[in-house]
Amino acid sequence: MSVGHNDVVRWVGAFAEAIAENKEYLTALDAAIGDADHGINMNRGMQAVMAKLQAGDPEDIGALLKTVGMALVSSVGGAGGPLYGTFFLQLGSKAIGKDELTDDDWVAMLAAAVEGVQMRGKAEPNDKTMVDALIPARDALAAAVAAGEPFADALHGSAAAAEEGMKATIPLVARKGRASYLGERSAGHQDPGATSSWLLLKTAADTWGR
Amino acid sequence: MKKLINDPENVVREELAGIARAHPDLVTVSVDPHYVVRADAPVEGKVALVSGGGSGHEPMHGGFVGAGMLDAACPGEVFTSPTPDQVAAATKAVDGGAGVVHIVKNYTGDVMNFEMAADLCRSEGIDVESVLVDDDVAVQDSLYTAGRRGVGTTVLMEKIGGGAAEERRALKEVADICRKVNDNGRSMGMALTSCTVPAAGKPTFDLGDDEMEIGIGIHGEPGRERMKVRPVREIVELMATPIVEDLPFSSGDQVLAFVNGMGGTPLIELYIVFNELAEFLEERGITISRKLIGSYITSLEMQGCTITLVKLDDELTALWDAPVRTPGLRWGA
Repeated sequence: MSVGHNDVVRWVGAFAEAIAENKEYLTALDAAIGDADHGINMNRGMQAVMAKLQAGDPEDIGALLKTVGMALVSSVGGAGGPLYGTFFLQLGSKAIGKDELTDDDWVAMLAAAVEGVQMRGKAEPNDKTMVDALIPARDALAAAVAAGEPFADALHGSAAAAEEGMKATIPLVARKGRASYLGERSAGHQDPGATSSWLLLKTAADTWGR
Repeated sequence: MKKLINDPENVVREELAGIARAHPDLVTVSVDPHYVVRADAPVEGKVALVSGGGSGHEPMHGGFVGAGMLDAACPGEVFTSPTPDQVAAATKAVDGGAGVVHIVKNYTGDVMNFEMAADLCRSEGIDVESVLVDDDVAVQDSLYTAGRRGVGTTVLMEKIGGGAAEERRALKEVADICRKVNDNGRSMGMALTSCTVPAAGKPTFDLGDDEMEIGIGIHGEPGRERMKVRPVREIVELMATPIVEDLPFSSGDQVLAFVNGMGGTPLIELYIVFNELAEFLEERGITISRKLIGSYITSLEMQGCTITLVKLDDELTALWDAPVRTPGLRWGA
């Protein structure tokens, strides 16, 4: 199964919609253990992305994803901008010159994107961050594709792994980001970054995994 | 929550327009990308100081742009770090050929965005030295946190570093003086209320009528501990004790004492806080040789205060006393 240029555009649009729909929810999660702006910032960023793509989106999937990344860096602000910006920039770096993505491409892209996020933000597993949703998703995807599972199943499996990782952040004490200033008080709350990352993978699965 | 705004989406934009109209003699405002630079920028041969952060802390940082303090300030959305392209554009606008110091508060977003901006600037041949502010004693600096936050010392560093730059000192010297301020500065904050980010429409956290939050940052985020309100004498003791013990400040030390309002606390209360702080320090043989009292690093309309002490030597004192001409701080010029 392959993912074409228009499928990628549809995914980005679906993510933008999911962020808009969950703006208040993400902000509320961020109010509990942060400064109440994750939903607002991500929504502003994705609106900027959609405006950019509507003005003209590159044919090359790599260039398209890099455009998304740059737009996020220059409009989200906060920690989310550099982190999600880097995520998309790294996705794009593994898709240069491609107008279609295979299962293996997506595995390599997701791996590069997660590595970029970890290098930029220096988060490790269980720090209570987006990485706690992304790493399980990356690993589930890689395992499924290596085992020869149909791409749709692999995608839904990686989204499910992201969801589990997101929920697993609830009891964690934050060691990174604004939540870490709360110490023990950050436990008992779901991480907003892990939640938006789950949405990212869920929309990919829903868009490409029919 | 009632605010004196129009559309919440346009708060930063309209504020910048107001600043441009109010202080054309002191600053020039850029919109898209958003930044504020001193009216005579770039100042040739002088190290430029650039800082920035979320809006909502006014007068920090835009109010501190001008002679003797910052060359440029980059305002992000409310409580949100500015983006790398803003910081890079501002840096280029004030580069006088002697290098640029980025004063970066230790918040994850600020650090990452300024890092990316510094990379961009260096790749274009501008010498950038980054100085981190991490003076907040409420947070344990450990492997298990994002590190101490940059709070009150930021303002003091911008003034003292600005003084050093104005003397035409070299880049490394200016950066080292900024670091000396950070190394000798400690802060702690508390809040009686939360605050409401315009776009969110409701307070960031809930505090009961008889409660206070100790160990807050400056972004309306909850702090370390919640407890019942007490008389301010006890609150000052709760805040000043870890500050003094952390550096530590000792008998015989001269300090710059900064009692800062979070925006919603009236001056009458800040002076009471200062009175308590002065007694607390006097009991310990610590001399307040310079002071700053007022709302300089705020969190919108939050009620509360922060206390900052910086241990002074002759050099830092002279640079603090040097003339400054900005919307938010002005003496000797």
